[in-house]
Amino acid sequence: MKVFTTLKLAFRALWRNKVRSMLTMLGIIFGIGTVIAMIASGQGAKEAVADVFRSMGTNLLIVTNGSQRSFGAAGGAGSRFSLTWTDEAALEAGEVPTIRWVTPVLQTKVQVASADANWNTSVVGTKPVYFQIKNWEPKEGALFDEDAALNGPKVAVIGTTVATQLYASSSPIGQQIMINNQPYEVIGVLESKGQSGMGQDQDDVIVIPLKAYTQRIDKSGGKYIPGRGQIYVSVANEGDIQKAETQLTTVLREKHNLGAADDDDFQIRNLAEFALSQQKSTDKIATLLAIVAAMSLIVGGIGVMNIMLVSVIERTREIGIRMAVGAKPLDVMTQFLVESLVLAAVGGVLGLGFGALLAKYMASYYGWKLFFPATTAALAFAVAGGVGVVFGLYPAIRASRLDPITALRYET
Amino acid sequence: MADDAVPPLPPPLIEMRGIERTYVMGDNLVHALRGVDLTIERGASIAIMGQSGSGKSTMMNLMGCLDQPTRGYYKLNGKDVSRLSRAELADVRGRMIGFVFQSFNLLSRTSALENVEMPLMYQGISGKERHRRAMRAIERVGLLGREHHHSSQLSGGQQQRVAIARALVGEAPIIMADEPTGNLDTKTSYEVMAILQGLVEQGITVVLVTHEPDIAAYARRVITLRDGEIVDDKLQEPLKAAS
Repeated sequence: MKVFTTLKLAFRALWRNKVRSMLTMLGIIFGIGTVIAMIASGQGAKEAVADVFRSMGTNLLIVTNGSQRSFGAAGGAGSRFSLTWTDEAALEAGEVPTIRWVTPVLQTKVQVASADANWNTSVVGTKPVYFQIKNWEPKEGALFDEDAALNGPKVAVIGTTVATQLYASSSPIGQQIMINNQPYEVIGVLESKGQSGMGQDQDDVIVIPLKAYTQRIDKSGGKYIPGRGQIYVSVANEGDIQKAETQLTTVLREKHNLGAADDDDFQIRNLAEFALSQQKSTDKIATLLAIVAAMSLIVGGIGVMNIMLVSVIERTREIGIRMAVGAKPLDVMTQFLVESLVLAAVGGVLGLGFGALLAKYMASYYGWKLFFPATTAALAFAVAGGVGVVFGLYPAIRASRLDPITALRYET
Repeated sequence: MADDAVPPLPPPLIEMRGIERTYVMGDNLVHALRGVDLTIERGASIAIMGQSGSGKSTMMNLMGCLDQPTRGYYKLNGKDVSRLSRAELADVRGRMIGFVFQSFNLLSRTSALENVEMPLMYQGISGKERHRRAMRAIERVGLLGREHHHSSQLSGGQQQRVAIARALVGEAPIIMADEPTGNLDTKTSYEVMAILQGLVEQGITVVLVTHEPDIAAYARRVITLRDGEIVDDKLQEPLKAAS
């Protein structure tokens, strides 16, 4: 039989039982729909998590001072000065080849004020490469450069939270900001980054040149990088992060003259690792959801099989007639297989639309980017077709195996 | 077996030799046919008679290639069809045999035209050609103008005429009619028999399967089966159901 004729026949047969066909299709629609929505939103959630960590810094290792132990009581991270400016300079000079960018990041809480408001926020003293590591662009104005970091002019780049708190009505650019009662000029406002992976407001910050910080905010360090001070290390290639961490440890231990038995007097935090574990847990949830959705698709497929079996029994007489006038077993099988295929495919298309709507709704509800990859859609459609064939096969084979004489005698 | 046709040079249309058909029913072996020999020439008008259980239904199923003999051979148009696969048998049915049933066996909720077109679908004939041939077959049974009626909108006689059109549409040389008037009143029975007799005049072989002598009277040759064997085979001057 010709393809077109077979298709027409299938549509006819399904149209004759509109309600039943529609109900059967619902199973497929919900199955495909949820699969699509789950894959799309899983992708969206994953991307959202990745975004958060990307905003915290690219391939970032954070080196901090270690903890001081006095009479067995640990003082906690940063209670001991161990990282020196020489360490930082050595890293910057390229002693660890896998590293791309290095900058000290000194940070403390300060009281700040504009002409008409004041605020308590973090002030960060660093080098301009900090902005590259954090992938941070100015929304307005400009960032300070390498010269500024070394000479320490009194300029400040502020986050959006600080900007709204202090300069509600006018542009902060060129305005004066008081940090620890010393006047600085606001030269730039940073793009908003929102919350960090740890839940901190990343926009509640003021960034000033390193020299300005060490000369005016915290002069305590001397040859050491003071207290809560950190060294941000950005690794060139994502794959080298572990290697870089090991190399970094070796170099720092050497510089600090630590013996084999000594503990590290510094700490290295691996943000990528943390991001990865977060990524993995979102992946796990996404996979779980997709599996549940796939289950509902299987249930839909069983619905198709059920209805096709009923249909074969109801139409036993018809099958007998068709066989009597020359339909081969293969013709009969094809007819029923195409019917279940059409049922599943139409359900698949509708399910695709349903899934897209669901994904769009979820994306806007959770503030994710909408992911609706064409490959997933194509895959879902193929899966729907597959469901039609797999679950239609058994009823179709049963139909084709009917004996024409018995089938003709069948009373409905 | 006497047949007054000219001794055939081409093979006879239907040639059955030593046909046996046994069924297993529970623990019993049922001998539906016990060695039947039968030859039917082209253009014959033949009635197969017998009580229920005589084997006439089995006979029709075998002759119509719906079933296969347990023993013996069946040559249809010179070709042995007694050992074919199901698919090959279906193909032979489609080309050689048109069925007319007591209960019409039209597809419900389907127009007369589509019912008549159906056999052609399985021969891979295109839609346009199907339509043309189906319309011609409908014209032959005098139903032109009603081709779009569904079975439920047609009388019994009309439904049976649609069934005859469906049997005719594939240009099959044999029409097997199983109690074709069983569900019809006397008047419409007469009309249907007239159509079937008309087909014989056009050279089509018509095999009537019936238990009613009234219907067998329209055939030229009457075969009587009893307990799976042919007990009588006679020629007669057929009753004319001229319209």
